[in-house]
Amino acid sequence: MTLIDLANPTRFLALTARVLPWLAAATVILLAVGLYQSALAPDDYQQGATVKIMFIHVPNAWLSMFVWGVMSIASLGTLVWRHPLADVAAKAAAPIGAAFTFLALFTGSLWGRPMWGTYWEWDARLTSMLILFLMYLGLMALWRAVDDPSRAARAAAVLTLVGAINLPIIKFSVDWWNTLHQPASVMRMGGSSLDKSFLIPLLVMAVAFTLLFVTLHIAAMRNEILRRRVRSLQMMQASRVAFSSEVGTGSREENASKGAA
Amino acid sequence: MIMSLGPYASFIVTSYAAAALVVVILIGWIVLDYRSQTQRLRELDRSGVTRRSGRSAVDTPRTIT
Repeated sequence: MTLIDLANPTRFLALTARVLPWLAAATVILLAVGLYQSALAPDDYQQGATVKIMFIHVPNAWLSMFVWGVMSIASLGTLVWRHPLADVAAKAAAPIGAAFTFLALFTGSLWGRPMWGTYWEWDARLTSMLILFLMYLGLMALWRAVDDPSRAARAAAVLTLVGAINLPIIKFSVDWWNTLHQPASVMRMGGSSLDKSFLIPLLVMAVAFTLLFVTLHIAAMRNEILRRRVRSLQMMQASRVAFSSEVGTGSREENASKGAA
Repeated sequence: MIMSLGPYASFIVTSYAAAALVVVILIGWIVLDYRSQTQRLRELDRSGVTRRSGRSAVDTPRTIT
């Protein structure tokens, strides 16, 4: 099956039916392994046991940006290639991305209280992440505000691509500004600075959460395709009712005019 | 072996509980949404509305949900 074949929503639905059980099973297994490894990870010499929050916080922070990246590619698909599933993919990803961003902010805040002495600090990394969360909410509101899915898709695609400017700001905020948030320790020049006992559980959790996103995203895309099918059938039903009532009115008027003649 | 989470155990447990809760809410929302859409398609099918291709409104493959 090629990418072109997936442009057909019915074929995409058939594919989701085949892959979703496997994806769900792989996600559950990898999450279980990741949680087990996180539980066994030693305490950090500075953070103590609160380092365990990182195994949840970091994957969610990565995914919050990754999901926006997926939505940006989908937005290009909407605006440039007009792929029929592109705006479905973008719309379905937004609530999942918002949930991951919320979790990144929430768990980061819970880690910050014992480590920094504060739940929140208006520094560049935290503020740019909050802006990302608000942009997710704004996009979801935009999709709900416009009735016609194709019009909503174009407006949302433009907003998504403009919002993508925030991604490098989030990534490099810790380098560009003097922030309370520590600089990158995994994806950085010269390799990871983390010990293997922390790095392995972190990477397993990151892959597990990515698989979770892929599973939820495909399921949400399937729902969106079905929602659009419902909408188009309801419109067909409404137009049939309108047409039959028009025909009924027309024939009554015709009969009335014949009678009068 | 009982895991010792130190003096900040409540912060760690709350983080994991929040993550679990949000993931469960996401899964629940997606499953309920799927059921709602397939239910609406079945109702449209029963009322005799068919797709332009002539296929039944409920032409959805079987899934785990």
